[in-house]
Amino acid sequence: MSLQASAHAEPRDDFGAKLGMWLFLVTEMILFGGLFIGYSYMRSKYPAEFHHAGSELNATIGILNTLVLLTSSLTVVLAIVSLQRGEKGKTVAFLGATLFLAALFLVDKGIEWTGEIGRGLYPNAPHLATLPPGEQVFFGLYYTMTGLHGLHVLAGMGVLGWALTRVMRGRISRDHAVVLENAGLYWHLVDVIWIFLLPLFYLAA
Amino acid sequence: MTEQTKSMVEHPEESPGYGTFVAVWAALVVLTGLLVFVSHFGQKAAVWGLLTITPLKAGLVFYFFMHLKYEGPLVKGVVFVALGTLLIFFALTYADVAFR
Repeated sequence: MSLQASAHAEPRDDFGAKLGMWLFLVTEMILFGGLFIGYSYMRSKYPAEFHHAGSELNATIGILNTLVLLTSSLTVVLAIVSLQRGEKGKTVAFLGATLFLAALFLVDKGIEWTGEIGRGLYPNAPHLATLPPGEQVFFGLYYTMTGLHGLHVLAGMGVLGWALTRVMRGRISRDHAVVLENAGLYWHLVDVIWIFLLPLFYLAA
Repeated sequence: MTEQTKSMVEHPEESPGYGTFVAVWAALVVLTGLLVFVSHFGQKAAVWGLLTITPLKAGLVFYFFMHLKYEGPLVKGVVFVALGTLLIFFALTYADVAFR
């Protein structure tokens, strides 16, 4: 009777929630996939220009940011494990660490972009206009793809921050874990996209 | 008792512990190092690294971190169809570019 009453008070479909999240992630994969296809085509058209433009980027920051995002993916998944074990303190700590690493990623990106913008390498810049068309395309794709990815990092921080407050208030718990699991899925996809962006712009260009 | 039953329904499979995920993270860091190392041997090596190591890294994140390993056939199918569709788009684009 009490089960029925609680079921009526709060209808839930955890599998449906997760399937819905995966369907949303599929649209994200197609969104970035389209940009990856555009990149591949342009790279095959301007291989020498992409190589030269890629050498202008700071690969050290790119690699460092990869390690930061990989570690943030780990802390999210550990937050979910600790939640499933009912270790609320650890969940809060792991989510806090994830938010810190996400902010660190954006700070790194900011330092990197500031350096590039300072050297006149930004869309529509007078200096960029003097470079060959292939290099202009490279930087157009670079700012579009890393910028769109950066927006996803910001959105992920918002979702994870919101999830953190719900964990602290007890609204997300061992038996109500799907919200955090879905937030984690989003964050991992942000990580996967960066896994592809690193070689595309910093290593293989 | 009621809480226990509910918990059993919602956690049908014992999820892996911290160690499994730390090991996957270590593998991802090693693969990143390998990718950076390989890319020092010229553009061709870097592209091969991109085409082999990067999908492997993404696969590890999907399979373990995103719990795809523990999902049923429907969720696996959704991801498979999406990635398959992207591959078809890639193949069609390259078929067009190659014979232009």
